[in-house]
Amino acid sequence: MEREAMEFDVVIVGGGPSGLAAAIRLRQLAVENDRELTVCVLEKGSEIGAHILSGAVMEPRALDELLPDWKDLGAPLNTPATEDRFMFLSEKRAYRFLTPPQQNNHGNYIVSLGNVCRWLAEQAEALEVEIYPGFAAAEVLYHDDGSVKGVATNDMGRTREGEEGPNFELGMELHARQTLFAEGCRGSLTKTLFERFGLREGVDPQVYGLGIKELWEIEPGKHQSGQITHTAGWPMDMSTYGGSWMYHFDDNLVSIGFVVGLDYQNPYLSPFEEMQRFKTHPLIRDVLEGGRRLAYGARAISAGGYQSIPKLTFPGGMLIGDCAGFLNVPKIKGTHTAMKSGMTAAEAVFEALADESASGVEVAAYRERLEQTWLWDELYRVRNIKPAFHWGLPAAIAYSAIDTVLLRGKAPWTLRHRADHETLKPAAACKPIDYPKPDGKLTFDKLSSVFLSNTNHEEEQPCHLTLRDDSVPVKVNFERYAGPEQRYCPAGVYEFVEEGGETRLQINAQNCVHCKTCDIKDPTQNINWVTPEGGGGPNYPNM
Amino acid sequence: MKILVAVKRAIDYNVKARPKADGSAVDLANVKMSMNPFDEIAVEEAIRIQEAGNASETIAVSIGPKQCQETLRTAMAMGVDRGILVETDEEIQPLAAAKVLKAVIEKEQPELVLLGKQAIDDDSNQTGQMLAALLGWPQGTFACGVALADGGLEVRREIDGGIQTVKLKLPAVVTSDLRLNEPRYVKLPNIMKAKKKPLDTLTVDELGVDVTPRLTLLKAAEPPARQGGIKVPDVATLVDKLRNEAKVI
Repeated sequence: MEREAMEFDVVIVGGGPSGLAAAIRLRQLAVENDRELTVCVLEKGSEIGAHILSGAVMEPRALDELLPDWKDLGAPLNTPATEDRFMFLSEKRAYRFLTPPQQNNHGNYIVSLGNVCRWLAEQAEALEVEIYPGFAAAEVLYHDDGSVKGVATNDMGRTREGEEGPNFELGMELHARQTLFAEGCRGSLTKTLFERFGLREGVDPQVYGLGIKELWEIEPGKHQSGQITHTAGWPMDMSTYGGSWMYHFDDNLVSIGFVVGLDYQNPYLSPFEEMQRFKTHPLIRDVLEGGRRLAYGARAISAGGYQSIPKLTFPGGMLIGDCAGFLNVPKIKGTHTAMKSGMTAAEAVFEALADESASGVEVAAYRERLEQTWLWDELYRVRNIKPAFHWGLPAAIAYSAIDTVLLRGKAPWTLRHRADHETLKPAAACKPIDYPKPDGKLTFDKLSSVFLSNTNHEEEQPCHLTLRDDSVPVKVNFERYAGPEQRYCPAGVYEFVEEGGETRLQINAQNCVHCKTCDIKDPTQNINWVTPEGGGGPNYPNM
Repeated sequence: MKILVAVKRAIDYNVKARPKADGSAVDLANVKMSMNPFDEIAVEEAIRIQEAGNASETIAVSIGPKQCQETLRTAMAMGVDRGILVETDEEIQPLAAAKVLKAVIEKEQPELVLLGKQAIDDDSNQTGQMLAALLGWPQGTFACGVALADGGLEVRREIDGGIQTVKLKLPAVVTSDLRLNEPRYVKLPNIMKAKKKPLDTLTVDELGVDVTPRLTLLKAAEPPARQGGIKVPDVATLVDKLRNEAKVI
């Protein structure tokens, strides 16, 4: 059977801040210049915002440029930042530090990024962008000359064994003159593009963090609208990169989360349990006690910054947003840079497509333009902060201060990264960590947490967590590293079970919240995350 | 034959419903909403009847806020010919829904009306029955099979203890149960086509229907937390516990 095909000028893979900003900018330019230009956004979540998870404190710089009248248009940026606190935690106490200059949030807003995306999608639709949630781009299509032709959505209704089920529908091809990949951190198609076009040659490996977030409704008397708290220190040890956020916003809501650097070494570490343990600190417990947890979710973020930015363009397409990795780590923000990259890409693409025969061309002007924007300067200045954390927390803080204040980000050197999947030590060389039991009020187990992410996948479909070699999970992961996927997966997807004296890996793919951590941290890169049927995964409300 | 299908925009089945902090209602702020799954089955059945050459037109009707347009577009993307939105921001209870549908039916004159047996938000299971009574039409509820026979319908119904088959004269009201069919996946090009299908908007006032709520919601609360289970060593202990602790036998 042949797949049906649809033709667009531009197809954008992913309906997050970068993809939607690019779509809006493209259509704005088309309207201003009175030119026909069809733009389509594919989103694997069941609706726009369903897979979006972020803190989030949003710097409105890019939004100001994109939609200067965003206030009148009803953008959900309702809570201005009022107070910044940077705390260092010991097990029982909290010490207030001078807030690092990058974390000054004056003029920023505490938002639900999911709701911001829902609103951006409305703006895009008003500009006649075609948005299709519930359809996952599963395959990159190529012209005979090797340039990108578009993408194909995956087949729907295949059985677990991969056969055609009773409701089977063949995937669709979406052809475009330019395809913008806006998949977010560790995009599954982006990964194949890196390889095919050698986009990572000569740059540092991307490094990542895993952010685990909970949304709480707290007692009204404790709510301090606009208060922003970041912490470092406990429960991480001095050699593990990690920290937390706590933001008070809207009506008695608190967004609380913990990020663990995925370059951690001890395979017994569980980011989920660290997050639970973190909430028992008096600083946090006092705020949350008496409240109720409304939502839960997790997502990996790209933390490599400047030296990990890959080649951004290739014939027929380009990378925008966090799948390229534009997060500003010391600022702990990436929405403004993601949007800016999308907008800049849109401008370059619009120019290139003025030539009506232009199809499958490489729009190198995107990067040239990007290098002239504030985004590039911003990422260049902070490039040495994250890698300094390899030396441990105290040295990193000291170095950061020197690099930021004395050298103003202009140090004549650039510190290097190494890939996160190479950092685990064998279990035999590490101490198991004894995490406290959940109390069901402040701390919880994984399953009751995943329950709050509203995650579901059609049960009868091929497993989207594929293994390159079926023997590796037991032979390497379990025997050498004590099965780290059981701990780093924040959704309880991976379980080693014993049956008749034999250990085997069980993959509960239905629970997957699409955070991509397994694809990143698996020590031999044996796990390959591919996209499941569109519409599957979490349904985050207000995240 | 003209078929009319009623579709309700309800909280998505994947979303865990949660009461508002003040217990006044279920919290729906920024929560994903979708077509009630039972209505999706009704839509699928209507399209199948049409595809088999037994219906001339299929119409989807929804009652509620403007966003119900999305629900109607979904029905049209599945294959329904056109949509009617009766737009209102009032709370619509089953009796009001049945009255509004009756008014639309009098305008459209369909011979078959399909509805989900109930909506997954309030689980009332009343609208179809009330509608049939108001119209004075025969009803086949909890349908797990619908077949055209002798100018009428043969409806297989899921009942306690088995399947009951009833014969209905047309026009009739049929409400779908879970096993009637498995709705199709919506195809991308059909979503585009659905955007161009006609969608009319009516108001409750235009139809002259009184939709005043007759029921008052006293409180929305979480169900009590479930206690963890225990293992008992033998049957005797189990029986003892059931009798003396749980007091259920």
